[in-house]
Amino acid sequence: MIAIQNMTKVYGAGEAEVRALDGVSLEVVKGEWVAITGPSGSGKSTLMHIVGCLDSPTSGAYWLNGAEVSGMNDTELAAVRNREIGFVFQSFNLLSRVDALQQVMLPLQYQRGEKRLPRGERSKRAREMLGMVGLGDRTHHRPTELSGGQQQRVAIARALAQQPSILLADEPTGNLDSKSGAEVMEIFHRLHREQGLTVVMVTHDPKVAAQAQRVIHFQDGLIADPQTDAQQGFNQAQPKGGA
Amino acid sequence: MDWLESLNTAWHGLNANKMRSGLTMLGVIIGVAAVIALLSIGQGVQESITGSISGAGSNLLFVAPGSFQLGGVETPSGSAASLTYADAQAIADPRNVPDAAIVAPEFTMQTQVIFGSANINTKVTGITPEYLAAFGMEVDRGRFISESDVSGRGTVAVLGNDAARDLFGGFDPIGQKIKVSIPGAGGGRVSLTVVGILSPQGGSRFSDPDNAILVPITTAQTKIFDGRNAQGDAVVTSVNVVVTNEERVDEITDQINTLLLRRHGFKPGEEGDFSVVSQADLLATLTQVTNILVVFLGAIAAISLLVGGIGIMNIMLVSVTERTREIGLRKAMGARKVDILTQFLLEAIILSLAGGAIGIGLGVGIALLVEKSGMTNAIITSDAVLLAVSFSVAVGLFFGIYPANHAASLRPIEALRYE
Repeated sequence: MIAIQNMTKVYGAGEAEVRALDGVSLEVVKGEWVAITGPSGSGKSTLMHIVGCLDSPTSGAYWLNGAEVSGMNDTELAAVRNREIGFVFQSFNLLSRVDALQQVMLPLQYQRGEKRLPRGERSKRAREMLGMVGLGDRTHHRPTELSGGQQQRVAIARALAQQPSILLADEPTGNLDSKSGAEVMEIFHRLHREQGLTVVMVTHDPKVAAQAQRVIHFQDGLIADPQTDAQQGFNQAQPKGGA
Repeated sequence: MDWLESLNTAWHGLNANKMRSGLTMLGVIIGVAAVIALLSIGQGVQESITGSISGAGSNLLFVAPGSFQLGGVETPSGSAASLTYADAQAIADPRNVPDAAIVAPEFTMQTQVIFGSANINTKVTGITPEYLAAFGMEVDRGRFISESDVSGRGTVAVLGNDAARDLFGGFDPIGQKIKVSIPGAGGGRVSLTVVGILSPQGGSRFSDPDNAILVPITTAQTKIFDGRNAQGDAVVTSVNVVVTNEERVDEITDQINTLLLRRHGFKPGEEGDFSVVSQADLLATLTQVTNILVVFLGAIAAISLLVGGIGIMNIMLVSVTERTREIGLRKAMGARKVDILTQFLLEAIILSLAGGAIGIGLGVGIALLVEKSGMTNAIITSDAVLLAVSFSVAVGLFFGIYPANHAASLRPIEALRYE
């Protein structure tokens, strides 16, 4: 599903050069739940942004569902982001002054091609999604009227509205208290278990990471002990792949 | 996204931040309204000034002492006394100027006019009976100044309609005596009997006949003012000449010039100590002056437009941080660059057009209000409307799209992190 080969990402140049990714190779198979951990500045978020097509690598190859993403132009990338990827941010990134229903409908208006929902069905889909994250009674609340946990749940509903094949989450519980964090994790579990959704999650929190099938540890722009991680991933993912 | 959907998105975008939308629109509104109002008023002032001059008829010539030049008045010292009553009589002689239909000399000076407790500082105009016909005046009640009044230096006066009302209020001035101060004579006064009232004239603001106080020219020259030059000749302040044929104004001007140059001892072609000015010349000069007024108002309008434009620019640029994050998020959700630009273009168009429409309404409203208030009339030209709206719309579009285009070109993560 996700295949990354020898990927580098370099910021700055000369003395100030920072190698955020220093030749990372990684595979994630369909239906897998992978947690990426590591200290700040280890490159895990950078990798996540590249996987989410929000950033581009300096070098290396990236295949997503068999398509080579690294060579795509802006329009093609937009289509991939919309069709394949649901992204949940640490800081929610909801539009201010817009109610929950409109937030969730946002990715739907950029849909193209066969998956495109007619306008009339979008609010129905958005309501379903909000119902799924337990916010069926908060459709007309704005971000300022919602708690942090509720905002993150709106963001998850938004990420899943256009039914992407992968859910990417960058520290989804990082800005939440432990109770809200647990609620959010419960939603991830349910999505993974019931819908077989592929989940890749960056987290600081060892307790959150422990809930994943596979943990990839980052250190200085590299996967620590890649051999073991990759092996472990395949071993655990195989039975799930059929589910 | 189809256009209808983009429009919907743009509308939601504007609605979500009413304050920002309102302030942006305010820039457009102020710019458009100021330009339309100022240019309309400028045009109106120009029209009413030149209209009042041309309303007096273009078959009038004025002969004045001193030299009057286009674009300015030049009065060499001592020359004010250069035009004499005898000059006026010479112009009236058909052997000298055959096409002068009416020649009406006048001697006008400023002084106090008193009746009872009413005391006004105004112009007192010494005239001959020809004055009535020269300016197309009519007598409302009583009679006009007669030949015998002039030859006998009669102490009589004819009042303009407004002057009569100002001095006498409601009651009948005919037969009443008014007092006229003798300037510089230690409080001496001349008593005049009112013999006639003129009909309301309106129109010509230049000679202001409704406020006139007319007396026999000889009375003005000898009894009220000192209307004699060093040689003891009676002088006049101007000679009004009505010509028989408008098209021959230039020829008649030459005839009068030649006559007076000869009488004043100048060689033909020299610059004399008098000037002959036609209505058309005055009109040209005044048009020059009012053009400056229009340009001046236009400059103020241009500044308003600029300030409005800067207002639009400020709001757009200040909101760019928030908008950049919004753009980053929309791109992360799968929006293409063209989707983003369409949304921002439509937002800018909606704001500019709505602001432009309100601005037109406001500008026209101000112009009409000024006209209603009686200050001046206002002429709303389509040029002013077009100029104002196109400038504001252009500024609105440019500053609406330029920052958006920049943000839409960023990678989504850069836009999302924008501070």
